[in-house]
Amino acid sequence: MNLNAISIKNLLRRKTKAAFVLAGLVIGVSTVVGMISYIEAMTNDINHKLEKFGANILVVPRTENLALSYGGLSLGGVSFEMEEIRQSDLSRISTIKNSANIAALGPLVLGVAQVHDHRVLVAGVDFSATRILKPWWKLKGSIPGADGIILGAEAARILNLDVGNQLMISNNNLQVSGILESTGSQDDQLIFTRLSTAQAIFKKQGRVSMVEIAALCKDCPIDAMVKQISDALPDARVMAIQQVVKGRMETLNQLKRFSYGVSGIILLIGSLVVLVTMMGSVRERTDEIGIFRAIGFRKKHIMQIVFMEAAIVSGLAGVLGYFLGYLTTKIGLAIIGGNHSAMVHFDINLAGNAIVTALMVGMISSAYPAFMASRMDPNDALRSL
Amino acid sequence: MSYIIIEHITKTLGDENSLVTAVNDISLKIDEGEFVAVMGESGAGKSTLLGIMGAMNAPTSGRLLVDDIDVYELHQEQQADFRREFLGFIFQSFHLVPYLTVIENVMLPLAVVKMENRKKREMAKEALAQVGLADKTNRLPNQISGGESERVAIARAIINEPPVLLADEPTGNLDKKNTQEIMELLGQLNQNGMTIVMVTHSQDCAHHARRIIQISDGYLIADNVITSSVIEITKEKEMVMDQGLTVLAAGHS
Repeated sequence: MNLNAISIKNLLRRKTKAAFVLAGLVIGVSTVVGMISYIEAMTNDINHKLEKFGANILVVPRTENLALSYGGLSLGGVSFEMEEIRQSDLSRISTIKNSANIAALGPLVLGVAQVHDHRVLVAGVDFSATRILKPWWKLKGSIPGADGIILGAEAARILNLDVGNQLMISNNNLQVSGILESTGSQDDQLIFTRLSTAQAIFKKQGRVSMVEIAALCKDCPIDAMVKQISDALPDARVMAIQQVVKGRMETLNQLKRFSYGVSGIILLIGSLVVLVTMMGSVRERTDEIGIFRAIGFRKKHIMQIVFMEAAIVSGLAGVLGYFLGYLTTKIGLAIIGGNHSAMVHFDINLAGNAIVTALMVGMISSAYPAFMASRMDPNDALRSL
Repeated sequence: MSYIIIEHITKTLGDENSLVTAVNDISLKIDEGEFVAVMGESGAGKSTLLGIMGAMNAPTSGRLLVDDIDVYELHQEQQADFRREFLGFIFQSFHLVPYLTVIENVMLPLAVVKMENRKKREMAKEALAQVGLADKTNRLPNQISGGESERVAIARAIINEPPVLLADEPTGNLDKKNTQEIMELLGQLNQNGMTIVMVTHSQDCAHHARRIIQISDGYLIADNVITSSVIEITKEKEMVMDQGLTVLAAGHS
């Protein structure tokens, strides 16, 4: 017989009251867990979709160049001491701390070529990375081989070329293997070829003009990644494409803020349920507490009994609440939108947080009832008997 | 040397507009091993006095010394320790904890004592054997009779072998047979050296004690020592009450 045994036996005797507190907390915890799990799933989904927007980090050579373009209208620029990036240096990017967050890395060689009467911009790219970096591309034809090219829609129109035609660029006879559908971007103006082909044409072997990087954005540490890549490539300038990054962050933050706000309200309601029930329980047990005090229990012993009861119920509520919230979200997402369900997984951190939060709510809400119980005058309590 | 010393204890209740003096300047001494009955009509102040002696109801003025400890000089938590170590309580309505078994109720005062559970259980069994309930350890309070409940309450009060047992109307809810048994049990505990102070309305119960104190309107009006069930006056006191009444101790004539 010790104080914990008294707490447990009292809970077992007052099953209905204990169940009421338990239910209040379980509903609160499961709702919070469900909401966080759902938002997590949504976040994953949104990230997945956002990643389809392509590159979100650009690596360009350091330059003293000032861009002379505004609103898509380029007036040309003057470059001073323009250097290109050594292709061999790019392997350093794979050594950064967050290298696992890199979905694709696309080196790009740019050069201007004279085709008939036109000056055109030729881009050498890694077509395997391009599938991730430019998922919006729709190609009529096929990915080119070493002596092939694909044309942007506008370039094909202006040069009057179609799939299968030949094009001479700097004494290299290249075959048009595909034409891009209009993208509404600068890609429409370009001629694309393999990286190595472009490097050969422009005599830029081992060098690249820029690098596009697509970073996976689950808890996206874009700023940290920019810093890490900058450290790895000190001669290059690394930029996050801020609009995309900030857009992603803002979306996530808004969702998180909303979920935390609602969670706070739900937990407040849960704590009020605990407070009211525990106060009622303490009042009902006036005689019992009077006896405890009369036979020599200290105030702290009375508080310990109340806190132990709260800890047992709220700890149990944390465990049950987590699993209920988890299962509800999993089932709910499976019903509402099948593709989300795969993203809800058992999260030990969330489970731990749910239990700790439930315990804290239970203990904090029981503090006042425990204090009141401990202050009970044994003489008054016994006089009421 | 007296074990319990009550010095000029006064207890007033209520606020300034309705002040009631429940205990009025009572002084008495109780020796170790005495069995004292406190009698008086309802509202006389005997339960208030017992509460004061039980370190549960601080007097408005005066001192309570138990084993030379000035009880109300202790702070509240020390008073709780004092109750646990020095006092056993028996209440009229038993006040067993309904969700604990008989043996668990008896073990209750040991719940806050650092001791092996096995040892606690042994002590509880011993206390239950002493009150004749060794065979009902696992029953719940609602599964035993009133007389048995009172015995459980007594076992709970004596488990930690306190020097003083305070009993408030211990037979108030019992029939004649059970009353007789409980009083015999208290008599045995007293013979084993326990000091007992018992509040009672019953003359029959009071005559099991060896000293009877009478209280009326908060005043101590009589303090008699009894031997061999025959009232033999060893102390007579004439007390002049505030109202100017003179009350003579029983048997004075």
